[in-house]
Amino acid sequence: MKFLLAFFSGLLISSTVLAQEVAPDALVKTTTEEVLEIVRKDKDIQSGNTKKAIDLVEAKVLPNFNFTRMTQLAMARDWRQATPAQQKTLTDEFHTLLVRTYAKALTEYKNQTVHYKPFTLKAGETDVRVRTEIRQSGAGKNIELDYWLEKSPTGWKVYDIEVGGISIVTNYRESFAAEVRNNGIDGLIKSLQAKNKSGEAASVKK
Amino acid sequence: MKTMLPARIKSLSLAFAAAGLLAGCATSGNPKDPIEGFNRAMFAFNEGLDSAIVKPVATGYEAVLPSPVRTGVTNFFSNIEDLLIGVNNLLQGKGSQAISDLGRVVINSTIGILGTFDIASDIGLEKHDEDFGQTFGRWGVGSGAYVVIPVFGPRTARDTVGLVLDVAADPLTHLGAGDGRDVLLVLRAVNDRANLLPADKVVEEAALDKYSYIRDGYLQRRRNLIHDGNAPREPEADADQVERPVRAEADAVQPRAGVEAAATAPPVLVARTEPAAAK
Repeated sequence: MKFLLAFFSGLLISSTVLAQEVAPDALVKTTTEEVLEIVRKDKDIQSGNTKKAIDLVEAKVLPNFNFTRMTQLAMARDWRQATPAQQKTLTDEFHTLLVRTYAKALTEYKNQTVHYKPFTLKAGETDVRVRTEIRQSGAGKNIELDYWLEKSPTGWKVYDIEVGGISIVTNYRESFAAEVRNNGIDGLIKSLQAKNKSGEAASVKK
Repeated sequence: MKTMLPARIKSLSLAFAAAGLLAGCATSGNPKDPIEGFNRAMFAFNEGLDSAIVKPVATGYEAVLPSPVRTGVTNFFSNIEDLLIGVNNLLQGKGSQAISDLGRVVINSTIGILGTFDIASDIGLEKHDEDFGQTFGRWGVGSGAYVVIPVFGPRTARDTVGLVLDVAADPLTHLGAGDGRDVLLVLRAVNDRANLLPADKVVEEAALDKYSYIRDGYLQRRRNLIHDGNAPREPEADADQVERPVRAEADAVQPRAGVEAAATAPPVLVARTEPAAAK
């Protein structure tokens, strides 16, 4: 449950926030609230319309993510072995996989609220962690949901999300590395493509 | 309970030894998962058990009981669990947290009507997440090999020993068979599993290889819990390192990532050591 919740809130970062001068914590907060506002009103998403959730994620959230960096982190040392063309394909496929996963989690949203922990940006910092917490009314444990952001010329960009201490990016490291070890970079690309195809088929069936 | 401690400690060392033996018997490329072959077999077994029995039961349970009732059930068991969380906080030297845990139990058991309402959280006494495996980690015991235990699911060697103690110290296991113990144990297991149902779909969506997704998630999660949510970022090991440095030793001491209890979808009975909690 926690995992999931967190995933959905992973969506949080919206394009409508003009990234330029926005502080990282404000960026996280504005987008989270904006996305949740939409989901609260959208019966289709609540009843499991993954396609619609994907559109929401693409429009509101993605512009504030740095997928190249995410892919690089997940690939670890194998990133350097990949040609620029392979890197591009890998990034696109990983992007699709993460978006689909978020969208799925978003459809499981059930009125949880998000609490934003105190955050101060120290002068000169370019790599920060913004902590939030998912709260569910009446029940025990909260779920920590942290965003890692990096400063870029076009504003702060999210490059990792941690759900209850699990990085959704580095959690792929071992399986990516194993795939590359056994079948090479192209093998990894193939298996990502296959995964995305089957996910697409499943969501159409729904 | 005190009287049984020595015996427990004996089984503790036995468990460490058993884990050591296991570690010697199969190999794989991953230093954190030296008995991957065995683990994958156990994982498949747990998945089978889950899809054949546990998940259908949990799904039915979720369909039949309204959400407030399920929340009450979750809170009831969570309240019992708070006792052991307090004990572990004490063992880890976190006195003020232990006092807060005790306060939670007192408040929830009374005003919260036998724990069915989590009043303590509402008034700001935060719920913690501790167990014996974390206590050992706090004491500096390395995580050891990853191991998938039948029925219980992912653990590390250290957490397996922790699990033995968790079960031994669990108030529910001290009830007599006539006191409804078995019914309570089953109810808790089903309720825990039901709480994880939504996570199933997300894990299915996310994982390239479900086995390793859950393994790595479990290891990350445990590492984070031991640091109480402040685990340092893992080294990036990205473009700058061409060599595949043997990160084994470093990681052997530091349990890595772990799929959220939630992701523990396959572990059929998520022992309440991973309070699937939330809901």
